[in-house]
Amino acid sequence: MKFAVMINEGPYTHQSSDTAYQFTKAALNQGHEIFRVFFYHDGVNNGTRFTAPPQDDRHLVNRWSELGQEHNIDLVVCVAAAQRRGIIDEEEAKRHGKDGNNIAPGFRISGLGQLIEAGIQADKLIVFGD
Amino acid sequence: MLHTVNKSPFEKNSLETCLRLAKPGNDILLIEDAVYAAMDGTSVADTVSTAVENFKIYVLGPDLASRGIGQNELIKGIEVVDYDGFVRLAAENNTVQSWL
Repeated sequence: MKFAVMINEGPYTHQSSDTAYQFTKAALNQGHEIFRVFFYHDGVNNGTRFTAPPQDDRHLVNRWSELGQEHNIDLVVCVAAAQRRGIIDEEEAKRHGKDGNNIAPGFRISGLGQLIEAGIQADKLIVFGD
Repeated sequence: MLHTVNKSPFEKNSLETCLRLAKPGNDILLIEDAVYAAMDGTSVADTVSTAVENFKIYVLGPDLASRGIGQNELIKGIEVVDYDGFVRLAAENNTVQSWL
């Protein structure tokens, strides 16, 4: 089965990023496909490589990056939500005249169309968040 | 249809809304802080006990464990599942609605 996942809550806020990650991992282990993980609203904060939690805490951003790269999952951050919250890739940094970028490996910034497409292409879209 | 609820019934009315709008026979999975709704002896236990007769109610085991809730403290008729069970419920049902 083809799942799409949407995350609307930031990391370390409540639990949604953790739950979505565990769900995604379990789905992959069962042989399902994850068509895309779409990060929206505060969920875009899951996509900054500047996150530096204490060493004995789970690193939610690295977890997503690693899972994404291992299973070739499309990790998409909503561009409008990202700009508001300072999540920037190289192209956006240039466009807005910023002095750097912070997008985490395996993530890409794109538009809401990616969410709509995920809803159409996947058998099911599962929403996690506040 | 699968409904997931992730908020404590003592914090938000997501569970109440879910129970009001879900169709008899639907599956409901309590995750994150909503697992408190699965405990017996609380102020919402009567509501949830009645709901067990109309819906199949599941609760996520790892979220019970991380809150120190034992499986012997649950309302009768609620089934504990792990993340694999969550995925199976999501795959088996034709749609999934998250009540946030």
